[in-house]
Amino acid sequence: MTLEWIGDVILLVVLLPVVVYLLRGVLGAATSIVPSVGRIAAAAHAGSADLDAVPLLLTTQDEVVKTIQSAANYGGSLDVILDDAEGA
Amino acid sequence: MPAAGVVMIIAVVLIVATIVVYLLATIVALRKITAGLDDAIGAVGEIIAKSEPVAPVVADINANLDAGVDLLEGLLVKKAGLIEAVGLIDGLYPSAAAAGLRNFPESKTVKAPRIAEVYTRGTLTLARLGREAPIAAASPNGPALRNAAYGSSAARTLYPDGRELHAAALPRSPVIGTDSPVQYDPSEEVGGPRRQMPATSSPERS
Repeated sequence: MTLEWIGDVILLVVLLPVVVYLLRGVLGAATSIVPSVGRIAAAAHAGSADLDAVPLLLTTQDEVVKTIQSAANYGGSLDVILDDAEGA
Repeated sequence: MPAAGVVMIIAVVLIVATIVVYLLATIVALRKITAGLDDAIGAVGEIIAKSEPVAPVVADINANLDAGVDLLEGLLVKKAGLIEAVGLIDGLYPSAAAAGLRNFPESKTVKAPRIAEVYTRGTLTLARLGREAPIAAASPNGPALRNAAYGSSAARTLYPDGRELHAAALPRSPVIGTDSPVQYDPSEEVGGPRRQMPATSSPERS
C-alpha cells in the first residue's frame, strides 16, 4: 500500500510536471514558427511581384542592341572622317 | 478499490489528458506551418519561373555593352592617342583615369594631361572630336596651348579657292525718320497694297 502511494506521488509530483514542461516546449516552438513562416510567405510573394518587371529586360536588350549599333555606325563614320593620332 | 489505486488512475488520466491537450495544440500549429510553407513554396516557384530567362538576357546585354566599350575605347585611343585619351577621360570624369582603359592596361600608368583645368567639358569634347584645336597637347604641365596655324589650316582646306566671308552686296538697313527717302503714310497705306516696296539691295544708296 505504501508503495502505491509513493507511486501516486511520483506520478503527480514528478511525471506530470515533466510531461507538461516538455509538451509546452514543443508547443511553444511550433507556435513560434508560425509567424516566421507567414513572413517568409509574404517575402516570397513580394519577391515574385518584384520580378513582374523582368519582361522589360527584353526591351532593354533591344534598346542596348540599337544603341550599340548606332554607336558603331557613328564610330565608323568618325573613323573615316577624323585623322588618326600620331603613332596610332 | 483502495484509495491509492483510485488516485493512481486519476493521475494517469490527468497525464493523458494533458498530453492530448498539448499535442492537439501542437498539431494545429504544425498545420498552420504546413499551410504557410505551401504558400511560400508556391511563391518561390513563381520566382524561379520568372527569373529563369534573366541570366541569358543579362549576359546578352553585357556582351553588347562590352562590344560598345571595346569600340569606343579603341576609337578614342586611335583618334586621340592614349595619353590624350586618358586626359580627356580624366577631364570629363575626374579621377576616372586611375581606373584606366579596359583594353589598354598601360593606360593605368599614363599621367593624365590636365585638359580640364582650362577648358570646359563641351570644349574638350569638340576639341577632341574635331582636331582643329589640339589643346594641351604640347605640354601637360604648362598652360594650355592652341596651335593656331594647324587649327586654321585644317579648316582652310575645305575652301581651296578661298572662303567667302559674306555676299558681295548685302541689303542695307532701311533709313527711318522724317527725312528718310521712303516715307510711310499710314492714312493711305493701312489695309491696302504698299505703294513703294522697301529696297532689297543697297547699290543706289552706297
